[in-house]
Amino acid sequence: MLMVAVSMVVFSLVSLSPVDPVAANVGQAALSGMSDEKLATLQAYWGKDVPLVERYASWVSGLLRGDMGDSLRFNAPVAQVVAQRAANSLVLMGIAWLASGVLGLALGIAAGVRRGGAADRLVKASCFVLAASPTFWVALLMLIVFGVVLGWFPIGFSAPIGKAAADVTWLDAFHHLALPAITLSVVGVANVALHTREKTIDVMGSPYVRFARARGESTGSVVIHHGLRNLVLPALTIQCSQIAEIFGGSVLVEQVFSYPGLGQAAVSAGIGGDTALLAGIALVSAALVFGGNLVANILYGVVDPRMRKEYSRG
Amino acid sequence: MEGHSNVHRDGEFHHHHSHGASTHHAGDHHLLQVEGLTVAFRMYDDAASEGEGRRAEGEGAGGPSDGSSKPGRIARWLRDARLFLAAPQREVPVVHDLHVSVHAGEIVAVVGASGSGKTLLADAVMGLFEPNALVSGTVYFDGKPQDASSLAALRGHGISLVPQSVASLDPLMRVGRQVRGFARGGDDAARSARQRQLFARYGLGPEVERLYPFELSGGMARRVLLCCALMDNPKLIVADEPTPGLDLALAQAALADFREFADGGGGVLLITHDVEQALSVADRVAVFLDGTVVEETAVESFRSPDLLRHPFSRQLWHALPEHDFAAAPARSPEAGATAEGGQA
Ligand SMILES: Nc1ncnc2c1ncn2[C@@H]1O[C@H](COP(=O)(O)OP(=O)(O)OP(=O)(O)O)[C@@H](O)[C@H]1O
Ligand SMILES: [Mg+2]
Repeated sequence: MLMVAVSMVVFSLVSLSPVDPVAANVGQAALSGMSDEKLATLQAYWGKDVPLVERYASWVSGLLRGDMGDSLRFNAPVAQVVAQRAANSLVLMGIAWLASGVLGLALGIAAGVRRGGAADRLVKASCFVLAASPTFWVALLMLIVFGVVLGWFPIGFSAPIGKAAADVTWLDAFHHLALPAITLSVVGVANVALHTREKTIDVMGSPYVRFARARGESTGSVVIHHGLRNLVLPALTIQCSQIAEIFGGSVLVEQVFSYPGLGQAAVSAGIGGDTALLAGIALVSAALVFGGNLVANILYGVVDPRMRKEYSRG
Repeated sequence: MEGHSNVHRDGEFHHHHSHGASTHHAGDHHLLQVEGLTVAFRMYDDAASEGEGRRAEGEGAGGPSDGSSKPGRIARWLRDARLFLAAPQREVPVVHDLHVSVHAGEIVAVVGASGSGKTLLADAVMGLFEPNALVSGTVYFDGKPQDASSLAALRGHGISLVPQSVASLDPLMRVGRQVRGFARGGDDAARSARQRQLFARYGLGPEVERLYPFELSGGMARRVLLCCALMDNPKLIVADEPTPGLDLALAQAALADFREFADGGGGVLLITHDVEQALSVADRVAVFLDGTVVEETAVESFRSPDLLRHPFSRQLWHALPEHDFAAAPARSPEAGATAEGGQA
């Protein structure tokens, strides 16, 4: 249902865009020297006069058969380009999602347990700075510091330049992935950390933590036994709502690091007037975000006993 | 050395209280003694801040800076900000100069109206306070004066609390695990056995162990809290309203357990607003009024109002169902409310 709506919006937007498929394919020079007759043939080939609804119908029927059309820029079926790019992006985003979640949870707890302490002030200040910094700027900064000045990480791409694809080792791939993943994690950390901090302050002031203290539990024991289990769920909720934001961030980060993922492909498709690829990517990203949220919701139901019992009863 | 019991003669005034005939003096000293406890809360004072703001406003208008000019506006803004940051605070006293004590082997009931500061007394004994609390006074345990860190060490290792709120259970932890607790170096098998034994004693089936707090009824949660306190084998139990929500039989079982615990040499500080209940089980009663103990007396004194020193104690006596209501000198509506609570 949702995907149908998304596909309609995507298709109309792409169709309304001023991209002229003929111009995009043939190139400016060839177009100006072309005879009117030839132009008309080409326009007919690209279906310029076919009504929108009809074009949509043929696109959707193609989709249902697994045919998303061909990419002009990559000269390959859209499905193939998207699959390969999505794999790269998913690894990047998955690592960033997990890392920012775990790091944000840890920082939030550290800050919230001693409210107003040194750790709290440090975490709060850095989170505010991070939340206020544009992603591409952070990415550039990381690139300059760790890639160029320190030279710890390669400055772009997903594998060493000039190395045959078959020779690329896991280590190579990981090395190239590290900086974009770290950047994306760092950018995503602020939200979880600040939310977790608030939650931690609530939990530490709750009657059950008070009672745990009254029974002789130390702060450390309280955090481990009562804090974590009550803080993981809210953090998970925040992280799920962040999937779309991490996706958005990945477009910028991939661009800065020339990392061959979905986001980078989307940008080049947009610039190159590759409508089929653009529509395909939009559709797949919507599916990814939607799927991520769905998984997260199901996970939530599994983890929280209150939800779990409701499910089993209902 | 003169023994403590020699000093005590029936009805003699001592440490601000008189002893009943049945009081045990197992340890020859007070198990718990609270001296001069005073608790106040630091709070933002809206009225005061407005007053100060207005006063400052008046000064500003009379001063050289014209409020409408730009520097004048900035100056006023800065002053307002300073006023706000200077946080006009007020200390609200809640408990003042409170004395109470519990001997080994006795139950001392603290009775008083809602909001009079009974829970704060429990907090003081546990050494747990809200961040905005200002506390003074001394707590002695086993005859030794305690500070914050030694009271912290006694929590769960000598003093156990039965909290007033059923929200004191972790919502995401199974009940059995919570009752067993997280004591360092505890013998797991022994604790499990003890937990099962306590559950059985309070009519909680073995399946209750695996439940989460949201699946418990109010009365079950109360019993679980009771089990938590008894689990830790304390010397002193501070029970803050442990029985509401329990039916008569279960409430009596809980009180009988406190009695048995005290007879075994433990001490119980039983906080309640149920005077009848207090009289049925306690050795002594501390009458709490507006943040302090106005009278600490043997249960026997409640046989006749003439034995009671404070007018509020006599009011409580008159409010008891078996006594004549009409004779109660109606003084404060609060006392009436307490009496109703006692009957319920
Ligand atoms: N953190 C706090 N800040 C300000 N005032 C507080 C705070 N905690 C308690 N108080 C006040 O202290 C007073 C005594 O509270 P306390 O909880 O000790 O009452 P209580 O005698 O236990 O009442 P009840 O029988 O209803 O449990 C109340 O008037 C309450 O408003
Ligand atoms: Mg209370």
